[in-house]
Amino acid sequence: MSDADVIIVGGGPAGVAAAVELRRQGVGRVVLLEREAQLGGATRHCSHSPFGMLDFHRVYFGAAYGKRLEAEAARAGVEVRTGHSVVRLIAGGRVELATPHGVETLQARRLLIATGARETPRAARLISGDRPIGVVTTGALQSYVAFHGLMPFRRPLIVGSELVSLSAVLTCLSHGARPVAMIEPGPHPLAPAPLMWFPRAMGIPFHCGAELLDIHGASRVEDVTLRLRDGTLHKLACDGVLLTGRFTPESALLLQSAIGVDPFSAGPAIDPYGRTADPHLFAAGNLLRAVETAGWSFREGRAVGRAIAEDLARDADAGLDGDALLPVTFDPPVKLVVPGLIRRGNRAAPAFPNFQLRFARQARGRLSLVLDGREMWAQEKTWRPERRIALPIPSAAQTADRVHIGFEERT
Amino acid sequence: MRPEPTARDESFDNERFDIAVIGAGVVGCAVVRRLALAGAKVVLIEKGSDILSGASKANSAILHTGFDAPPGSLELELIKAGREEYLSLGPSIGLDLVKTGALVCAWNELEAEKLDAIAAQGRENGISNLALLSGPAARATMPGLSDRLVAAIEVADEHIIDPWTAPLAYLTQAVALGAHFLRNAELIGGRFDGEWHLATTAGAVTARAVVNTAGLYGDIVDARLGFTPEFEIRPRKGQFVVLDKAAYALVPRIVLPVPTEITKGVVVCPTAFGNVLIGPTAEEQEDRVRATVETATLEGLLARGAQIVPALAGMPVTAVYAGLRPASETKAYRIFCRPEKRAVTLGGIRSTGLSAALGLAQHALKLIEGFGLSLSPASDAPELRLPNLTETCPRDWQAPDHGEIVCHCEMVTRREIEAALISPVPPGDFGGVRRRTRAGMGRCQGFYCNARLAEMTRGKLREPLAVGDEPS
Repeated sequence: MSDADVIIVGGGPAGVAAAVELRRQGVGRVVLLEREAQLGGATRHCSHSPFGMLDFHRVYFGAAYGKRLEAEAARAGVEVRTGHSVVRLIAGGRVELATPHGVETLQARRLLIATGARETPRAARLISGDRPIGVVTTGALQSYVAFHGLMPFRRPLIVGSELVSLSAVLTCLSHGARPVAMIEPGPHPLAPAPLMWFPRAMGIPFHCGAELLDIHGASRVEDVTLRLRDGTLHKLACDGVLLTGRFTPESALLLQSAIGVDPFSAGPAIDPYGRTADPHLFAAGNLLRAVETAGWSFREGRAVGRAIAEDLARDADAGLDGDALLPVTFDPPVKLVVPGLIRRGNRAAPAFPNFQLRFARQARGRLSLVLDGREMWAQEKTWRPERRIALPIPSAAQTADRVHIGFEERT
Repeated sequence: MRPEPTARDESFDNERFDIAVIGAGVVGCAVVRRLALAGAKVVLIEKGSDILSGASKANSAILHTGFDAPPGSLELELIKAGREEYLSLGPSIGLDLVKTGALVCAWNELEAEKLDAIAAQGRENGISNLALLSGPAARATMPGLSDRLVAAIEVADEHIIDPWTAPLAYLTQAVALGAHFLRNAELIGGRFDGEWHLATTAGAVTARAVVNTAGLYGDIVDARLGFTPEFEIRPRKGQFVVLDKAAYALVPRIVLPVPTEITKGVVVCPTAFGNVLIGPTAEEQEDRVRATVETATLEGLLARGAQIVPALAGMPVTAVYAGLRPASETKAYRIFCRPEKRAVTLGGIRSTGLSAALGLAQHALKLIEGFGLSLSPASDAPELRLPNLTETCPRDWQAPDHGEIVCHCEMVTRREIEAALISPVPPGDFGGVRRRTRAGMGRCQGFYCNARLAEMTRGKLREPLAVGDEPS
């Protein structure tokens, strides 16, 4: 007996898109579990980035996008339960969850997990120094502003140079905070160059190749010590440190389940249908790979929703346990590949037309896709970290004995 | 440099106390409770904005048996007394404990040779539940241990506890008996003329006797009380790494190294909150305030953890912290009683304070009983139950009507946070909120809940999370 055909964990763009698509494909009972009070996930507090251009053909900001997702889910007949927090995944499509009324266990024929990504906090970055208050991530800062009209600092140091870092600068400037500097530990900014002119244009010193060596402050941040690219040390007075980017999948549920996580992506390993090693469990969105846009996650969720619907229609509870799983291998400095598994014998149209790649660092060289020793695709250029790279998955991959993404560096 | 503290003139409530206890670490909280139970009118004076602002906020949360304490020492006696009282008191006031047992692990032949002597010392210390195990036999009790393990001693009766709720429970009980908690009150000086006149940054306090439980400032407080200090605090820093809850299943027991002269060494152990702890380091330093974490040291701890339990390699880091132990120039506790001045100093409680606190409190009472204060014991200990934060007992989120879950990583409810904010000993700073509720202590370290906590704690903390929000 199942409580639902499909239970979806996480009401961000990927989870809602999947839920809506499942209903459109005629799946009967679709339950969407969201631990917060509103849908939208990370988009709820992102007041600068426009959302919805590709999914809804109009532009939304912040909470308005979540409202649109709520309307879509309601119209499609998705059973949305907010304030419901999944605490454990159990093999075979079961979840244990905390509800406002106590603990419950639910059983579904298929489970989709779409819990998104978050930024790496100070502790996990192992940054040296005192541990005063005022050290926050962009997500936390934007929650201060968007939900409570508060600010955690007035003169922060900003660490990072991803797209979200620019959003962090905007949030600061539009709420009366004046960043004292912006630093990127790597040799190049991670966001595209023209965008990185913005902080300097706003009079915020920007340093690449700069390291945060020490945070100092008894109760609140008082100053930081930086080592700049030329090796010199600089002490900089400030009242906060804003850690931006270095997104990591919010994969705690998987880490504590038998499925575990892929050591490279830190999210669950999936096949091109979005299915994990547990045939009942699927995954989509930024949980798979930090980090993509809301629109990308939305489309990914929709595609995986369709794959789940096809799976249910084909053979209600067919066990796929016997299917051989082939891990996709790759050469460094490729950092991660999604999907990282090939499941032999799946025949419907895959949800993932491409292998999604990220590079760990900037590298010039020849990237190739090799099936059973045969090169299917190759391209030579300079590959940048944190940029989206997509390689088409050939249908022959489904039957290959070895799928490898090769890289030869040219210096 | 910090400005010199200045005394505030007004007398504190015009009250006269039987005993002033200086320093609200775990030992101070336990002493206040014991004295309040004995019928004394007590005030606990604390420099920081909350209890556990110094050494007691950072430890490895182990309730020791005392198997490795110096035989015949007062420390051993007090660890055993403290542990015994904890075992009987704890469950009745909501302090859970987990009997994990410990393995003292020898990773080479040289270390293995020392195990016999450690076991002999343990037996001499009255701990009979010890067993010498071969490497494979020890690994059978904890399969995650590296196969490099040569041999181990199993100490079956070691426990892990919640190191923050325990002292809070002690003080809460004392407050229910009428004890007073005076925060943000640094002791500036004291004069004894038959009774003690103490000057603090929060006002003057009069008491018939004093107990110095000032931890990292024990020697300084003795000097400010006008005594020639008989010991010197030499802060010893310990850094720790806390691993994700996913690591918990791999580390069901406390894994201790063979100790050296200087330190018990780096421990890998589960926590009562369902995480895994690696630490502490032992780093001598002058500074009594700053306890910094350092990237290279933290990386070293992670590497050490992975040597001991290989599957810990690559496990996500949830938190890092550092604390200072109030070590002195010798290993022994530095306990001094000056009956002519009605003063007791409990100093140099370097690393067993959590285990020995209740024993130290019993000891302090015994010493004070010689002062002739003629106290009449409270009839009954007040009934109370502290909220459970450990993973081994039901948590608030599992019960209905908790409002909402505010901190999703640690599953902390709105009801728990609101209750802590209006509790008899409410938090004075954000660290205090974290220690009382675990909010913000989890893997995201506030990505999701920090802003909400800023909002919920507005106007309630000395250093607010949000700027422009300082209390007037």
